Amino acid sequence: MAAETHSTNPATMDTRQNDVIIEVRDANVSFSMDRGESRVLRDANLTVQRGEVLGVVGESGSGKSMLASAMLNAVVHPGQVDGEVIYHPQNGDPVDILSLSDKELAKLRWNEISFVIQAAQSAFNPTMTVGAHFEETLRAHGEDRDAGMAHARELLSDLYLEPDRVLGSHPHELSGGMKQRALIALSLVLKPEVLVMDEPTAALDLLMQRSIIGMLEDLQEKYDLTMVFVTHDMPLVTDLADRIGVMYAFEMIEIGSTDNVLDNPSHPYTRALLNAVPNISDRDMEIRGIEGRSPDPVNIPKGCTFNPRCPLATKECEVNDPDFRDIENDHEVACFHWERAREDIPLVARGDDSHSEPSTDGNGSFGGL
Amino acid sequence: MGLAGSETVHAVSDVSLDIYENDVVALVGESGCGKTTLGKTAIGVQRPTRGTVSYRGQDIWETKEESSGWFNRGGSDGEYSETDIRKALQIIHQDPGSALNSNYVVESILSDPLKRWNPDMSEADRRERIYGFLEYVGMAPAEDYAERYPHQLSGGEQQRIALIRALLMNPDLILGDEAISALDVSLRVEMMDLLLELQDQFNTSYLFISHNLANAKYLTQRAGGRIGIMYLGELVEIGTPEQIIHNPQHPYTKVLLWATSDVHNRGEGVTTPPVRSLDIPEATDPPSGCRFHTRCPEARETCRNTKPALKDHDGDSRRTACFRGEDQHEYWQSTPLEEESTVPQQPAQSD
Repeated sequence: MAAETHSTNPATMDTRQNDVIIEVRDANVSFSMDRGESRVLRDANLTVQRGEVLGVVGESGSGKSMLASAMLNAVVHPGQVDGEVIYHPQNGDPVDILSLSDKELAKLRWNEISFVIQAAQSAFNPTMTVGAHFEETLRAHGEDRDAGMAHARELLSDLYLEPDRVLGSHPHELSGGMKQRALIALSLVLKPEVLVMDEPTAALDLLMQRSIIGMLEDLQEKYDLTMVFVTHDMPLVTDLADRIGVMYAFEMIEIGSTDNVLDNPSHPYTRALLNAVPNISDRDMEIRGIEGRSPDPVNIPKGCTFNPRCPLATKECEVNDPDFRDIENDHEVACFHWERAREDIPLVARGDDSHSEPSTDGNGSFGGL
Repeated sequence: MGLAGSETVHAVSDVSLDIYENDVVALVGESGCGKTTLGKTAIGVQRPTRGTVSYRGQDIWETKEESSGWFNRGGSDGEYSETDIRKALQIIHQDPGSALNSNYVVESILSDPLKRWNPDMSEADRRERIYGFLEYVGMAPAEDYAERYPHQLSGGEQQRIALIRALLMNPDLILGDEAISALDVSLRVEMMDLLLELQDQFNTSYLFISHNLANAKYLTQRAGGRIGIMYLGELVEIGTPEQIIHNPQHPYTKVLLWATSDVHNRGEGVTTPPVRSLDIPEATDPPSGCRFHTRCPEARETCRNTKPALKDHDGDSRRTACFRGEDQHEYWQSTPLEEESTVPQQPAQSD
């Protein structure tokens, strides 16, 4: 039941807290450009717990896609990745994904950590059927074809697709929503532990987007998956994510449980971003944008990267880059003035204007269909 | 498949919509619902295959035909010339970068329409007008921005230039086709606020095309406007944002609300979508009767055969195209279509 992922009892919660599956340590990505060095991911440090869904939210150019690529050592040439991404398998020794050989990496991807990108259209070879993609993936990894295809059929059904029809179709015969779901099934066919998704629903219609979120909740539950879901769409990920990380200017600036980050946001940027996004439940429509622009990766402000746009910035913010600090259980923020932020940047448009619940069966999980 | 076999797609079918002075209407629907076609038809860019589009009571396409005839170079018989109508109805596109000519600086881009439509204006007056606008939309110093090429502007700045170019015509109606969806999240509110401020200032009406109900609500609620919900080329419900968001009547409007995530209303997981099928039928072959009947959770036999008219059921000016609005309709005696196409497992051709 999808509903239960959010109401896990405290005991299981605690064991999960200590069961790290991915650890990102001081990860940096840079590109050399004529104008100078472009730093598109800066000092990323985070841990992903086994079995959780981490939502990574940021505007375009915030570095969120780079973080996803770095986690899989998939940064495109000529980008340079430094730091460590430690993967802790269920059984076996930890491995640093960033120091694996290409061959080791090929084995790890799909088997342990899978990646779903935004452009499902281009991920499929147009001359091959969808079924051939599954078979080739199984063959390349030396898996048993029959068992593998049986699992593929189950995954396609989990995603509300007809296995026979989809496996026998060429990519162009499927709609965008069907292709994206088929790609998610493909990424899971070798039973990975972790699924990293970069804007997996961005090109789809609203109904399909939210339906896929519901399906991912059910998949996560059924296969005990760990998920990292990267998006620019904050409202979209809030139902799925157990924790949310917010990125600004190529850095993570706040991370914590979904409730902490959304109900008690403590970085001035997170608060401003929440104030800038209209919700249909808004009663008070006094929302407002954020003054200024995100910085150029070649020319990042000294000190806190948000200081030129921040209403609370002081001299200290112009000189020193604030480290992450724990401000409560499962809530870290990189801001010197987080206490003032909570007081001085009120959250506008907090909704008590809830619309009538249009769902037909109340609260059933998506799988009730 | 060859050209000869190309089918006629009725992107928009039997839609009636009045846009008043100083009005704001947002059309919302999924891709392929015909909202862009309806918008372009409303501003006279796309000709309807059937039906009429009138500007202040005067048929736009009759006017265009009359003024293009070589025998009638004096323009139409109507009160408004084709030129008047073209000036009155403007558009801003989704992608401001490609809508602006990259070879010209901002001042040239903005001078061009003034020269064309206001040839008597002196260069000094033109410049003053353009600079005034640039400063008004927050692009100061104006003389600096006036010398920039489009690629030297951010997406938000490009969209402002496109907006100024439209406003320089003193239009009565501006069509905004997904005008803010290409902008970064933190810039969208600013652009929406600017649009509303200018509407107030210049008494312009807007027709917004959007796939985002939260933005449509923001724009229409502040301006006292209406939201129209489109499905497969038809307008299925139109009303005030309060009516549409807080008291939706059409089952498809309820689907769009279900699909809209809300930071403040986080549930215990995503519930079952209130549809019988996730995928949208082909626009080339829309279902009979009510076009939504193949997916509608409330559909009954009647819906398969009969098309519901868009009408005001409660005397509150909201119009809905659904039999459920009528207490006495035969729909209520008709057999539910319940189990017949319990889809997700069997999706239709396409979305």
